[in-house]
Amino acid sequence: MNAARPSARLRIKPLYRLQWEEAQQAFVLLFPEGMIKLNDAAGQILKRCDGTLDVDGMVADLEAQFTGSDLRQDVLEFLEVAHERGWIEET
Amino acid sequence: MNVAGSKKPDPPLWLLAELTYACPLQCPYCSNPLDFARQGKELTTDAWLRVLREARAMGALQLGFSGGEPLARRDLEILIREAHSLGYYINLITSGVGMDAARLEGFRKAGLDHIQVSFQASNRELNDLIAGTRAFEHKLAMARQVKANGFPMVLCFVLHHDNIDRIGEMLDLAVSLEANYVELANTQYYGWAWVNREHLLPTEEQLHRAETIAHEYQSRYADEMKIYFVVPDYYENRPKACMNGWGKVFLTVAPDGTALPCHAARELPGFQFPNVKDRSISEIWNDSESFNHFRGYDWMKEPCRSCPEKEKDFGGCRCQAFLLTGDPANADPVCDKSPFHDRVLGAVASARTVHDKRAEQPLVFRNPQNSRRLTSPCDGK
Repeated sequence: MNAARPSARLRIKPLYRLQWEEAQQAFVLLFPEGMIKLNDAAGQILKRCDGTLDVDGMVADLEAQFTGSDLRQDVLEFLEVAHERGWIEET
Repeated sequence: MNVAGSKKPDPPLWLLAELTYACPLQCPYCSNPLDFARQGKELTTDAWLRVLREARAMGALQLGFSGGEPLARRDLEILIREAHSLGYYINLITSGVGMDAARLEGFRKAGLDHIQVSFQASNRELNDLIAGTRAFEHKLAMARQVKANGFPMVLCFVLHHDNIDRIGEMLDLAVSLEANYVELANTQYYGWAWVNREHLLPTEEQLHRAETIAHEYQSRYADEMKIYFVVPDYYENRPKACMNGWGKVFLTVAPDGTALPCHAARELPGFQFPNVKDRSISEIWNDSESFNHFRGYDWMKEPCRSCPEKEKDFGGCRCQAFLLTGDPANADPVCDKSPFHDRVLGAVASARTVHDKRAEQPLVFRNPQNSRRLTSPCDGK
């Protein structure tokens, strides 16, 4: 899969669970016997991998929330990493 | 001791709830303490619910229900439901004995996230010999049910001299059961495994052969399942960062409520580990002498104290240091900088030579009779 395809709709694989952790003030990705604390950008991107928005839509949504920045390249690069690690898949 | 009063330690992220020492299996490498049959009464349901709430409030996130066999607790579904509503990621670590389809479905509805099923070997004969009971067919059926209920499944094989040569068959079994993860966990020599070490420690040749096969499967099945091969630390020359450091991430609560920085720590002498019946989880974690004892670096002796790697491995495992050197504050003798490293090398060398004598060293199975026989009432106190 090319995760960065503009029309791809992505979601977090069922093996993983994304959760906001108040104590850590961060999103965490949970899986059997393990967890990864995500930085702010990674958390915001993965939060939008819920199968409703396509990649174009995610970029637009993120740019709307974090105004004035061209985020496309960063988002695409992160999605490739997330896909390589097996966190996300196409719906 | 060292950090108390200065700065509050980071909160625990992992809570291991050892619900019971009861277990229908008798695996001779069990990590439960030798004197498990002499420990006090199990916590009540309400006490466990309070532990879950207090640890979660501090920030604990990963929860393991373990034992013994956690399925022996009839209130497991109640505990799962509460843990789920609190936001834990819930791992059930089980032999599968005590499971049935209806119970599994109840766990799924209650919010259980993942199940780890242990196998003792890849075939009935050896599995049931090591488990000390007939369990293999039931395990197979339950592993299939786990998948049918949509749970992510980890299969765990504990490796040792008597089963490590069958590692390829174990992995074939994992493939056929559609495991998501496979843990090929070489025996760690504490608890019952310490008693049986001469019998269980594989030879270096066995280990290398197994590792090669594990790596082949890792590349062949890279897209389908993740395979972890945990090297036995006796064959390393640097220690593992045991528990990611004492009192840093892991909190174990034993069946009677004793709180421990790791599930083997109960065997360390001279500690009065706190009990959740007497103190809150935050008091235990932040303020108790035993949780603070090996925090930071001030407790270290040489060669750890001046070692540039101390922040990476924290001097290794306190329990292993105690078992092999008599002093838990020594460097873990797995490290080749330890003056006691020859004791590890000696065990490794004898794994080669005792090969023929193994038949004369029958395994000591983990059961209440042996627990009472091997320990006196005041042990571990």
